[in-house]
Amino acid sequence: MLNYFQRLGVSSLAMLERLGRGSLFFFYILMSIPSVIIRPRLLVAQMYSVGVLSFSLIVVSGLFVGMVLALQGFYTLSDFGAEGALGVVVSASLIRELGPVVTALLFAGRAGSALTAEIGLMKATEQLSGMEMMAVDPMARIMAPRFLAGLLSMPILATLFSAIGVLGGYFIGVGLLGIDEGGFWSQMQAKIDFDQDIVNGLIKSVVFGWVVTWIAIFEGYDAIPTSEGVGRATTRTVVHSAFAILLLDFILTALMFGDV
Amino acid sequence: MHISRSIEILVGLFVAIGFVAMFFLSMEVSNLSSVSKEGGYDVTASFENIGSLKVRAPVSMAGVTIGRVKGVEFDPVTYEAVVTMSIESKYNQLPSDTSASILTAGLLGEQYIGLEPGGEEELLKNGSVLELTQSAVVLEQLIGQFLFNSDSE
Amino acid sequence: MGIDWGNKLSETNALIKLRDVHFSRGSKLIFDGVDMDIQRGKVTAIMGPSGTGKTTLLKLIGGQLKPSSGFIEMDGQNVHQLKHKQLYQLRKKMGMLFQSGALLTDISVFDNVAFPLREHTQLPESMIRYLVLMKLHAVGLRGARDLMPSELSGGMARRVALARAIALDPMMIMYDEPFTGQDPISMGVLVQLIRLLNDALGLSSIVVSHDVKETCAIADYIYLVSGGKVIEHGSPQQLADSESEWTQQFMQGMADGPVPFHYAAKEYAKDLLSARGVK
Ligand SMILES: Nc1ncnc2c1ncn2[C@@H]1O[C@H](COP(=O)(O)OP(=O)(O)O)[C@@H](O)[C@H]1O
Ligand SMILES: [Mg+2]
Repeated sequence: MLNYFQRLGVSSLAMLERLGRGSLFFFYILMSIPSVIIRPRLLVAQMYSVGVLSFSLIVVSGLFVGMVLALQGFYTLSDFGAEGALGVVVSASLIRELGPVVTALLFAGRAGSALTAEIGLMKATEQLSGMEMMAVDPMARIMAPRFLAGLLSMPILATLFSAIGVLGGYFIGVGLLGIDEGGFWSQMQAKIDFDQDIVNGLIKSVVFGWVVTWIAIFEGYDAIPTSEGVGRATTRTVVHSAFAILLLDFILTALMFGDV
Repeated sequence: MHISRSIEILVGLFVAIGFVAMFFLSMEVSNLSSVSKEGGYDVTASFENIGSLKVRAPVSMAGVTIGRVKGVEFDPVTYEAVVTMSIESKYNQLPSDTSASILTAGLLGEQYIGLEPGGEEELLKNGSVLELTQSAVVLEQLIGQFLFNSDSE
Repeated sequence: MGIDWGNKLSETNALIKLRDVHFSRGSKLIFDGVDMDIQRGKVTAIMGPSGTGKTTLLKLIGGQLKPSSGFIEMDGQNVHQLKHKQLYQLRKKMGMLFQSGALLTDISVFDNVAFPLREHTQLPESMIRYLVLMKLHAVGLRGARDLMPSELSGGMARRVALARAIALDPMMIMYDEPFTGQDPISMGVLVQLIRLLNDALGLSSIVVSHDVKETCAIADYIYLVSGGKVIEHGSPQQLADSESEWTQQFMQGMADGPVPFHYAAKEYAKDLLSARGVK
């Protein structure tokens, strides 16, 4: 029994220690952000590998999620004779929830794991140490541009996901199921509020971008510098990101939409 | 490190597409294009029962949305619900004896406020009170009445 | 051993001075009072068995690790009392060749050598090209400029890393096991390069190694490190003539001696029996 509590104590201490190290790491990244602003080209290169390379995945997923939402929504709504509300159902679920959340989960799998692996391998092959010895600060040169790129790419990708999803819903709803086109758009416009829905969805995606990129970069930087260690860190990035996204989504949703 | 021009162009395109998507969501999907945010004026009306009327529900006249419900409060003195509506400033020619009723879109649809113009010369302005109101039709009461009536026959 | 460091050393004009350096990893003591002087213009070798902490020592000198007590001075500056900026300034005067080469894997050989120049100078691209080709020529790899690091052999990768290390014209270069895992030809090339660069560019060099023959061929002075302490130091000739058994074992590469062949263990017979569960 004592043994059990001991182990619990040890593992929670270890978790606290990691959280502390992660927070310090985040602080150092913040301190290094000015050096990226001076050299925006570093950011552009990372926007490419973090954002542009996730583009096709997000577009295809968004399209299909939107189409599935329309199909499912149509059969439920038609029971009540309320097919006209299909546009509202599709766009509200995309903009408030699925856009930010699904994009963030996909982003963690695509860009987050790649970031962890890249940085972990740089550590394992002593590239980070090598940089330090060349008097180049890896925080400013490697970590900060990647962090900013993730933070900026996520809202773009989530917005794209929602927009493409709405179009997918439109193709299915109006094109395939024959819902009235005018009603589809006008009901949507009547119900989706810019401040309430779009801005809040955007805030969610920024928060998710922050947490996924932070976890991904920290896991890479903190990885045990062997191929096995990097592999495990990559898995941890995806798992921890998913937990963090879902937990934060719950909190944010309660804060944003709780009283409406 | 040198990054190639094509990468820069792709990243530029990526950001631009992001903006286009944002524009699409704001203008085509949300109410940003239909409701002008500023320049509305507020009027209030008291109802005995507002049913399930919610903040942000449309306020319409002749079927055209001209404003939104801004707030719903309970008046502890009169035991009535006080609804504040924000009317877009371009619709500033409404007579002061305009009446308000709470209507339902379709059988199970959402509730909204319908305005009926009166005949006064004087116009509604910020802070005006609509005196003539008609409460929401509550389905349960209606059914109850119907049953009661059919019983007594 | 009874080496009397006294005041004699602190007065010397050495480029790098280590005084009573202690360092541990967790509970494991790695250095237990190390004193060293790295002379200007000389090739100094640090030798010792694997795992004694030779790489750790280089990282201490480079300011990547901090000693728990004692101090390290480079060119008159205490490495571990510098501010972040000053430390980075100091590192521009140091070059370090990592065991693995530590080339940036996503850019070409040319860009790797250009990396420190582009990071630290505002030179125009034409000037950078000129400098990079010059450094690559010095290590004989001007023709390999467009290759990616993954296309290089181990020896070539180390030479590229060497070209990169001298890109900013440092005062000193540290080599971490430059000969390990090299075929005889690349080994010969590296031995020659280290000596040549040291003398031609007026550098000071620290070579960490356990390859006795190659190291003796280029080193002016050798420190033997083991068990967290400097065991012996002197010119290659002095060490070869040393009377210490340990030194003789290491320099001649004998399997058994003061450093036992067997890792500390229970008595052999008992161990075998206990494996069967017999007490
Ligand atoms: N990052 C680290 N964490 C913990 N222990 C380490 C680490 N790096 C090296 N060590 C330990 O420090 C000792 C010295 O390592 P190192 O300096 O690499 O030895 P050498 O280069 O002489 O072979 C070894 O016992 C090694 O296990
Ligand atoms: Mg080593």
